[in-house]
Amino acid sequence: MNMTATTPTWPETSPRQFLVSAAVLWLALYWALIPASEALVAALPVDRARQLGGALQFFFYDTPKVLLLLTGIVFVMGMVNSAFTPERTRVLLAGRTEGVANVMAAGLGIVTPFCSCSAVPLFIGFVQAGVPLGVTFSFLIAAPMVNEVALTLLFGLFGWRIALLYLGLGLSVAIVAGWVIGRLRMESSLQDWVRDMPRTVAQAGEIRLTLAERVEAGFAAVREIVGKVWPYVMAGIAIGAVIHGYVPEAFMASVMGREAWWSVPLAVLAGVPMYSNAAGVIPVVQALLAKGAALGTVLAFMMSVTALSLPEIVILRKVLKARLIATFVSVVAAGILLVGYVFNAVL
Amino acid sequence: MKHIKVLGIGCSNCKNTIKLIDAIAREKGTEIELEKVEDIQAIMGYGIMSTPGVVIDGQVVHAGGVPSRQKIEEWLG
Repeated sequence: MNMTATTPTWPETSPRQFLVSAAVLWLALYWALIPASEALVAALPVDRARQLGGALQFFFYDTPKVLLLLTGIVFVMGMVNSAFTPERTRVLLAGRTEGVANVMAAGLGIVTPFCSCSAVPLFIGFVQAGVPLGVTFSFLIAAPMVNEVALTLLFGLFGWRIALLYLGLGLSVAIVAGWVIGRLRMESSLQDWVRDMPRTVAQAGEIRLTLAERVEAGFAAVREIVGKVWPYVMAGIAIGAVIHGYVPEAFMASVMGREAWWSVPLAVLAGVPMYSNAAGVIPVVQALLAKGAALGTVLAFMMSVTALSLPEIVILRKVLKARLIATFVSVVAAGILLVGYVFNAVL
Repeated sequence: MKHIKVLGIGCSNCKNTIKLIDAIAREKGTEIELEKVEDIQAIMGYGIMSTPGVVIDGQVVHAGGVPSRQKIEEWLG
């Protein structure tokens, strides 16, 4: 069967018109959500003020809201990401001096499409082209930590203040941790075969995409990302709904409250093995926050889930000697701990 | 016969790429030899920065993400 001869679809022939219509439809759906979910729960034979009613309201409102937000933002980010490739990012970073380059690397980490399974080829590609080690780490820390899925869920469930706070703090951790690793001069702790690889000159082809191709990239991102995370989001919101409805107020205060000093390191430790479920973790965490967990502890947990992942550490072990892996993990963990403690102290 | 290598360290996108190429080759009845390259040093030898990568008869034709059905059909065409 030959698929190349299909007639062009509407988004392909008039992408501008398609985008405007899609945006209008999206906004209309978003505004209709609260009345729709209230009507739905009102129609169910449960009392809204009761535990089950509260839990159902939370589930029926938050699930469509978060999935709608996620689809919209992932689509837009897919269009933006299509202009950035790892090869182009490498050209922008190669040969720059540290400091400014750390800031750039962390920023580019947000917009460059990145999958943790590509961490190793990317790492080697950067180092081979003369991107300083610390700058490479700034990128590698920011890319998974400050991503559109985490930011969207934070925005949808916590509001824009917390989402911005997470964005700012995540970038700061990536910039400072990368800079510190750069200062430690650990180039000798790369695996020997990586150090001995021939140097390359960073180059990248010009990318010229039409609007229709960008729209197609947006669709591809939605298929790939939303298609993968929606079960985790649903599961997370379902667990969050149960916590909202049934766990007593202030229950979490003794375990994850700001008086419990040990809760921050515990949150960081607990986050390390949870990488793949970042999307499902946020709704649960939001429910815990409502039951008295401290914001600093919650932010530290979130950052640990996204920035420190066990599979990524295992993969990086192939290119880094144990000493550098240990340094990377401890510097990032220290940064996250600091964020957690500062927030618990200030807020 | 085309010799196709899929470069990747065993992530889900790499497995999906292999499945998709295999399925399309069967559909079209094109005979191919499909090989999985999981050794990181071998992968880096092709100079790609994101996986999965696809190499056909020694030429890198794709890097990063699962290739589209349309692209694969062109390769096998």
